[in-house]
Amino acid sequence: MSTSIIEVKDLEHQYGDFKAVDGISFTVGKGEIFSFLGPNGAGKSTAINVLITLLKLQKGEASIAGYDVRTEPEKVRESIGIVFQEVTLDRDMTAWEILEFHGRLYGMTRSDRKERIQEILELVKLEEKKDTFVKKLSGGMKRRLEIGRGLMTRPIVLFLDEPTIGLDPQTRMRMWDYIKAVNEEGTTIFLTTHYMDEADNLSDRISIIDHGKIIASGKPWELKNALGQDLIYLETSDNSKTRAIISDLVSVSGVTDKGKGILITTNDDGTKVLPLLIEEIRNSGISVITVNLKKPSMDDVFVHFTGRELRDDKPEKISIAFGRR
Amino acid sequence: MHYGFLTIYWRDMIRFLRFKTLLISSLIQPALWMAFFGIAMSANFDRLGASIPPIPGVPEVQYLTYMAAGVIAMTVLFTSLFGGIVLLFDKNWGLMREIMASPLPRDQIIFGIALSGMTKSFIQVIIVMVFGLLIGVTFFAGYSIGHTVVALLGIMLFVGMFSIGFLFFSAAISISMETPEGLQGIITLLTMPIFFASNALYPVEAFPPVLQAISTVNPLSQLVNGVRYFAIGDNFTTMGIHYVYTTAEILLSFTILVIFAVAMFGVAWWRFKKAVVT
Ligand SMILES: Nc1ncnc2c1ncn2[C@@H]1O[C@H](COP(=O)(O)OP(=O)(O)O)[C@@H](O)[C@H]1O
Ligand SMILES: [Mg+2]
Repeated sequence: MSTSIIEVKDLEHQYGDFKAVDGISFTVGKGEIFSFLGPNGAGKSTAINVLITLLKLQKGEASIAGYDVRTEPEKVRESIGIVFQEVTLDRDMTAWEILEFHGRLYGMTRSDRKERIQEILELVKLEEKKDTFVKKLSGGMKRRLEIGRGLMTRPIVLFLDEPTIGLDPQTRMRMWDYIKAVNEEGTTIFLTTHYMDEADNLSDRISIIDHGKIIASGKPWELKNALGQDLIYLETSDNSKTRAIISDLVSVSGVTDKGKGILITTNDDGTKVLPLLIEEIRNSGISVITVNLKKPSMDDVFVHFTGRELRDDKPEKISIAFGRR
Repeated sequence: MHYGFLTIYWRDMIRFLRFKTLLISSLIQPALWMAFFGIAMSANFDRLGASIPPIPGVPEVQYLTYMAAGVIAMTVLFTSLFGGIVLLFDKNWGLMREIMASPLPRDQIIFGIALSGMTKSFIQVIIVMVFGLLIGVTFFAGYSIGHTVVALLGIMLFVGMFSIGFLFFSAAISISMETPEGLQGIITLLTMPIFFASNALYPVEAFPPVLQAISTVNPLSQLVNGVRYFAIGDNFTTMGIHYVYTTAEILLSFTILVIFAVAMFGVAWWRFKKAVVT
């Protein structure tokens, strides 16, 4: 047996005529944190729902922890923990009852449940909220309770669908630490997100997914390196002439127009390349108006591979997110 | 044997005990029926029966007692028809996903909901019966303690079998529906014919033949038969009509309830197998 925990090959999923997942293949190794990064509507949740056996596997192959998703769904269910995108906690149950119910659902014995609930409550720091009703917990506490619940049965893989959606920045950061801690204890993690920083911060490996297809995969630094070492933004008195001058330089790997200026990707340390560039441009009688140098971020990676920006706050994206239910 | 249904049962009972408004509101309707319709109509119907000479040696019961069995049956019908609605709420609130993605076999969900619905029916039947006895229903008249216990067990057996059938049905519809309104619509559409094409409130002898035929196979009539047989006796008159229940008739009524429950389980099983919850 190989050490990959999730193996997916040519997976497709259609809602009626609409292909939400369009032939994706990937593997996740034991102990990895693997992310699907993509905008709302990319097909992330659909892919997760197929893997966790809530949706029928229509086309392609998938196995989890060595069990075939199509033919051994029960075995798959026993091997995984899930945190859904939307909160799936009964508002009128206490934190303890939520965990007790989950343990019973998975057939844990009474003594196992007792011990494990205690451990989980300590792990997610909710011991004091044990008898508090879910409706009285904060957003972060609810998410922590859900993650705890997902871990209760000691799953081989934990699926996290947009784990920090709707949380404030501080809580998100704490959630990341928490996810990392869980991973360090040996749980393989598959997460989806539409936050660049989240994918960048947490993942060992990322697949960028858009319109149901994986358009790039790799370690975060590998993806960023695809854009060259650094990004330089320039506004000059004559942008097109500047482009012509610098695009042949060895240390420049690419030039594109961006807004009122041009965006240059470098092969070399940007701090060394930039003075040379400016000198070249000045020597040609062009004046430089604005300069900006930065390391490529996941946002830049996304723009590079999809040709468009990924923003959470675009109204049309929000309507897609809410349009589903 | 799988005991997973106890998990579903446990959670549903927590909710039932926590939200007492549900219990109380479900008891108001039967109480009103008995207190107003029962007592008011009793005066009318009993006067009607008074013109017919009593049969010697056959006990005569008041209309209130006669219809109390029907009100009990109606209470169980409502509770059971709505018993599956928790599944619909769970589905709409996304809570169903946790259950559907767990290793719990789906038939266990059906059994769990049926068991909790049945428990709720038992609790209601007891409360309605006590209320009835307080306002003058003469159930168990002249019974010894042993006889009363047997009669109660018999009633519960009928109530249990009847409610399971309708709970399976309710679960099947709930898992197939998108909105509680849809379920409510179907239930409203069904309760009226089930209730009025039965022997719950009045003797079927006066019905037109088609209605009489429906009433004879109507599960609600079977439950009413069972309750009257155990609570009032196998030989009595009311409103001048002579009722005699043979053991065979009562066994047939129970068999019809069993067949109904098995059929409804089949429907529920089929709907749950097809259900996709995301
Ligand atoms: N139950 C459904 N029926 C029809 N279309 C759906 C359903 N669920 C999702 N979709 C569509 O499939 C696409 C992918 O959705 P989803 O997997 O939820 O994306 P993501 O999780 O990446 O935001 C979207 O266009 C969405 O509108
Ligand atoms: Mg999603």
